Amino acid sequence: MPDRFLAQVAVMAVVTYLVRVIPLALCRGQLKSRWVRDFLFYVPYAVLGAMTFPAVFSSTGSPLSALCGVAVGVALSWMEKGLVTVALAACAAVFLAERLL
Amino acid sequence: MTVQNSFPQGLRDGIPIGLGYLSVSFAFGISAVAAGVPVWGAALISMTNVTSAGQFAGLSLMAAGASLAEQALTQLVINLRYALMSLSLSQKLAPGIGLLDRLLMAFLNTDEVFAVASSQPGLVGRRYFLGLMLAPYLGWSGGTVLGAAAGAVLPAAVRSALGIAIYGMFLAIIIPPAKKQPPVRRVLLLAVALSCLVAWTPLSRVVSSGFSIILCTLLAAGAGAWLFPREEVGEDA
Repeated sequence: MPDRFLAQVAVMAVVTYLVRVIPLALCRGQLKSRWVRDFLFYVPYAVLGAMTFPAVFSSTGSPLSALCGVAVGVALSWMEKGLVTVALAACAAVFLAERLL
Repeated sequence: MTVQNSFPQGLRDGIPIGLGYLSVSFAFGISAVAAGVPVWGAALISMTNVTSAGQFAGLSLMAAGASLAEQALTQLVINLRYALMSLSLSQKLAPGIGLLDRLLMAFLNTDEVFAVASSQPGLVGRRYFLGLMLAPYLGWSGGTVLGAAAGAVLPAAVRSALGIAIYGMFLAIIIPPAKKQPPVRRVLLLAVALSCLVAWTPLSRVVSSGFSIILCTLLAAGAGAWLFPREEVGEDA
């Protein structure tokens, strides 16, 4: 067991929670600035994009198999398939790519 | 402005997230046991943190014998994106949601829960969000316990393929709106380009991956708000 395990876990949990709770607890009602509201509207797309690329290319056994998964995922998302369909199809593409390539 | 406030609908929308979490938290459970953490310890981390990147980083720091201050600072940087998400979520909540509910909702404002809540048309109510939290929490905690208990029972080929599941979900969330709304598409492409630029150049030596996400988000969303202001009457504000 790592040294001071419980203290480490407590620090992790408290910092993570404070980061999440402070803006949500303090910010009531609509923000006045239009720029800030537009900025926050774009945040989900920017953050998910930055989290997905390029990290997705190291999420599987090889960048090549990940690329196959991304290609299938992008194509099915473009056709507006559901979350689970896209996720499972991407996994299947990676699995097949790693068998065949 | 419509308000999505159905508990059963929230519960249903949370199920794909919970399933997606199983594989990632399973991997976390395996890693935790490999780092010398007992099964109950792995479960404790997942049940109190509920964040993937932060937990993996925390685990490696613990294993490396890092100080509590280093642990706190790393968690702050890696998880700072949640502050942006919570701020964004605060604009999405229906009026009249009190402090206690906010304290509870913040605990499970994960990337995916936030993404699904954000993708609702109109505002999000308390009951919908509480329903949405359930399956992800069970999936995250349950997957960790299974992973820690089972160790590496899954064949490596299956584990490798499951690694992409979360990203597949992200693609399904971001691509349809990007297809329909050119400003969203430009912001998304800018964020992706910046993120790749940081990761694939010597910048990656000075900018950690957690900090890179914050930086790319601030720059891309900031540029979007500046270059593509939105119409005041937008239903999806």
